[in-house]
Amino acid sequence: MSSARTGSLGHPVPLDASPPLLHARGLVKRFGAFTAVDGIDVDVHRGEAFGFLGPNGAGKSSTMRMIACVSPATEGTLRILGMDPARDGPRIRARLGVVPQEDSLDLELTVRENLFIYGRYFDLPRRVIRERAEALLEFAQLTERADSKVDPLSGGMKRRLTIARALINEPELLLLDEPTTGLDPQARHVLWDRLYRLKQQGVTLVLTTHYMDEAEQLCDRLVVMDKGRIAAEGSPRELIERYSTREVVELRFPIGQQDSVLVSLLAPLGQRVEELPDRVLLYTDDGDAALDAVHNLGLHPVSSLVRRSTLEDVFLTLTGRSLVD
Amino acid sequence: MTRTPPPLRALETWLMAFRHAWRGAAIASVLNPTLFLAAMGVGLGRVVDESGTATETLGGVEYLAFLAPGLLAAAAVQAAAGEATYPVMAGIKWTRTYHAMIATPLRVVDVLAGHLSWIALRVFVGSAVFLVVMALFGAVTSWMAVLAVPAATLAGLSMAAPIAAYSATLDGDAPFAALLRFVVTPMFLFSGTFFPVSELPAWLRPVAWLTPLWHGVSLCRDLALARADLLPSLGHAAYLGALVALGVRWGTRTFSRRLTS
Repeated sequence: MSSARTGSLGHPVPLDASPPLLHARGLVKRFGAFTAVDGIDVDVHRGEAFGFLGPNGAGKSSTMRMIACVSPATEGTLRILGMDPARDGPRIRARLGVVPQEDSLDLELTVRENLFIYGRYFDLPRRVIRERAEALLEFAQLTERADSKVDPLSGGMKRRLTIARALINEPELLLLDEPTTGLDPQARHVLWDRLYRLKQQGVTLVLTTHYMDEAEQLCDRLVVMDKGRIAAEGSPRELIERYSTREVVELRFPIGQQDSVLVSLLAPLGQRVEELPDRVLLYTDDGDAALDAVHNLGLHPVSSLVRRSTLEDVFLTLTGRSLVD
Repeated sequence: MTRTPPPLRALETWLMAFRHAWRGAAIASVLNPTLFLAAMGVGLGRVVDESGTATETLGGVEYLAFLAPGLLAAAAVQAAAGEATYPVMAGIKWTRTYHAMIATPLRVVDVLAGHLSWIALRVFVGSAVFLVVMALFGAVTSWMAVLAVPAATLAGLSMAAPIAAYSATLDGDAPFAALLRFVVTPMFLFSGTFFPVSELPAWLRPVAWLTPLWHGVSLCRDLALARADLLPSLGHAAYLGALVALGVRWGTRTFSRRLTS
């Protein structure tokens, strides 16, 4: 304990009694010869919204399954809510909410029954579940579909139901693995709104995503993961400031014209230049000035765009690859 | 404070799903024994009993009385085997409901125990209905026949537990058709359900003795005909119980490997 003060009854009350909700040191997950998670250190504190950002195969889901106390760690230290998953799995899981990447709803049951039975897994009394289910149906905007079977629901509705279900035990820590993958843009925005509300209510969120806009929208702090390791850590703004320029000029050239000669011509115009298969990115603090300089060189891109730097650019800088392939 | 043991919480999910499907299941559980006993017990039975020597081969009873408890066991084993195939694959791969369960305080062993409890419950109720139909056909002559219901349930579980364990090792459902066609159905036909195993060629008899169904049929028939002796009956029950135990141990391993790797 870091410090203590004396409580009203004279007992010492630790000031910082709550350890991090999630604490990992040197966490490793191997499947045979393949190392999915290669020694990561993470701390998440109460009330935070924390993200693992990285492309598919970066080790995010394997990390989440260890945090969810489903898959045992191969090496390293992992403490969830101050407990060891290897010893206290069921006790930890009783206080977690899990939104898995792939739906695991019972298609033979109705929406309401899915909430109900999930509450029963936690051994919640039926009366308590019934009350919470009504509130959660409301929260997930599914009240009107409460008695319909799950199968015909849209992808967005199924995701919202999965989130509602994960909240039935009023978890201290909500884990979301790729919460909006496969959803259309409108459904994603509805979901983000719901998650934002949870965050406002003080629920601690830990999520994985390979969408940089999702990470920017939801995360107070995140780690960029690549090939099982953490490449960088910080708030979205910090990461952009540290690893990218203020602005980016995206240039598309006619097919066949984008080559190394062109790229070397562009390079002096910005702090950094990145060549992608279909466009060239010019990193600079003043996009308009850089674009003028491109035109002054006598180059004529088919299209050009000046925009703010994003986490996508951070990832590109750190790994030389893009997040979504 | 735990009020409901975890395996029973896992069982609740099956009960809840069954609320949407009970009508069809109820009709089938009455219709199947009725049709089988009418066609084979009564219809075929008349031919068999008229042949003169049959009653002696069957142990001094009419064909209907011989067949009915055998069918009871066979129906239990067949139903249990089916419940341990596609539903296991669904829990792991299709609807992934097993994964939902282990995200909660439930453990893999609870998931397995819950599913096997559900199979046991279904088979038990189905066997009880079967016994009532048997009685209506006049094929029950002793109160001891009531014990054939738990006996058939045990036989069902002795099949369901290893099959559930095996199902959890599969990537697709193709082997299920082969399992039902080449294992379950031949066993159904040649394990003493329709005729005594003593009528099989000598080399095939030991194979029949190894099947869980032969032990189930023998046990159920001895109980239904009120001719069960303690030691042989315990022997059959122990063999079936050992298969359940082996199946549960194997299943704990295969379920864990599949769900928590």
